[in-house]
Amino acid sequence: MAVSFEQTGAGEWTLDVKGYSCPHPQMYTKKAMQKMGSGDVLTLVFDNPSSGESILAMCESDGNDVFQRSEDAGNFIWKIRKA
Amino acid sequence: MQSASWFELNRHRLYSAMIVVAVTLGSLWALSIDNRFLYLLVYVWFGLIYGLFLQYGRFCMAAAVRDLFAVKVPRMAVGMMIAVALYAIVAGLVTLTGHSTFHPNVLGWHILIGAFIFGFGIVFTGGCASGSLYKAGEGNLNSALVIFAISFSQAMVVAGGSWFDGLTPAGWAESALAKDMPAELSVTRGWFDLFTAGYVWNLKGTTLAEIMGVTESPVTAVLINTFLNAVLPVLVLLVGLYVYYFRKGYVRRLGKSSLTLGDELAGIWNMCTSSKNTALAGVGLGIFAGLHMYVTGALRAHYEIFNFGELLTAMGYTNGLSIQDTVFDPGYWYITTQEAQWGGWVMERLGIDMMDNIFFGLDNGLPNPLLNAPGFMSIGIILGAAILALLRREFKWKMPTWETAFFAIAGGILMGIGARLAMGCNIGAFFATVTNGDPSGWIFLLGMVLGGLAGVKVFTKWMDWKLSREDSFGL
Repeated sequence: MAVSFEQTGAGEWTLDVKGYSCPHPQMYTKKAMQKMGSGDVLTLVFDNPSSGESILAMCESDGNDVFQRSEDAGNFIWKIRKA
Repeated sequence: MQSASWFELNRHRLYSAMIVVAVTLGSLWALSIDNRFLYLLVYVWFGLIYGLFLQYGRFCMAAAVRDLFAVKVPRMAVGMMIAVALYAIVAGLVTLTGHSTFHPNVLGWHILIGAFIFGFGIVFTGGCASGSLYKAGEGNLNSALVIFAISFSQAMVVAGGSWFDGLTPAGWAESALAKDMPAELSVTRGWFDLFTAGYVWNLKGTTLAEIMGVTESPVTAVLINTFLNAVLPVLVLLVGLYVYYFRKGYVRRLGKSSLTLGDELAGIWNMCTSSKNTALAGVGLGIFAGLHMYVTGALRAHYEIFNFGELLTAMGYTNGLSIQDTVFDPGYWYITTQEAQWGGWVMERLGIDMMDNIFFGLDNGLPNPLLNAPGFMSIGIILGAAILALLRREFKWKMPTWETAFFAIAGGILMGIGARLAMGCNIGAFFATVTNGDPSGWIFLLGMVLGGLAGVKVFTKWMDWKLSREDSFGL
């Protein structure tokens, strides 16, 4: 299990932090968003429910748009567009 | 085929219902043995309620401090403040009924130092003591390791040998000896006994109303303890959180260059309600934490007891009681001491004498975990969180890796040491104290904030170092 962050297309990135609990997912997400350009989309995969609430608040504060959220069997897959 | 797919679709609901049925049947079984187990069951069911709310609101007080510094998110700090205000108001009403179970903590340097160590540890464990319990209920085995580490590190701290006795101030041994304690406690041996009898017992614990000399009118005293010691500081902290962590984003979203007072107040409200789950959990936890005190206080009056140990004796269970025939029985939400008892109980079974100290031998006893009432509150939190996590399809077994296991154990050990030095964790030494008029909890919060800040700095450095070594990683 390791954190993976990769560019999957033009302006598209994926960050997988499954298996990590607080504070790893929110801190890696913050770092990932800093690497991305305005308008880029991050597909974020995580499985620590508590981190989700903090990531939502972080995105709201920074103006980034969490425009898609799906959850299944304890895995969360979110799409975030950087402001 | 049909039934298999039904099972697949409803498995989470089925498991969730099975937990509720198991706790209900277990409760009825206990009552059938002796209806006085009702006293213990109050802890079980309040624990269950706490677990439900904690999971619902992702309510972890570690995040209140850590996320503020790590990702500048005030969500949990706000949730914690809401819970403090509600708990304080309900606790005030409970005090007026005469059923409060609260006792103030003593005030001293140990709180600041212990809370600092505790606050440093929670950054690495990913959760506070209650947070680790509810996350364990979500299937997180790292959190289960944290609980394990907290339990045993506390037990070792309070019962540890005399290796560090030489490091204690000379006056402690003299002062401890003067307390004239029974010889079997050997209070002049073991640094935690010296610390307790030679230092802590010389300090005073009190409420703000007593400090201000207002004790004649119970109503005025409660008003001071509730509003001056809890609600007012909460309001000040909320304004601070708004100004430093929320206002900038709010102004941008509002699209105005200058804000009226109405806008600012709306902004504070916006901050408090931006995470509805967290805010609602704060309200629920605050109210139920207050009610918990009332129910236990009323039961103590009903059974005419001060401590569960008396009830256990009356029911014929005398193993594991302290030499005062007491057991740990706070009468309100508390986490760490019962976990220390779990660790201590196991060590006692392994043949180590764990009762020759003040913590277990004189005060808290070492009851069998099946008779440990607050212990069941901790288990209730795990089960309550599991019930809701399963229903929300968020339950997932999360196995530790070497990295996460190391953080869980090292952080858990620090949390255990910190909690014992500070005489409690963020629940027992902060949440339950500031809401009942005891200002020592604010000192705990200060220590926890400073420790959290230091923890975030170290954690960030470690993360950067780790990333710099992983070439394939683009972060």
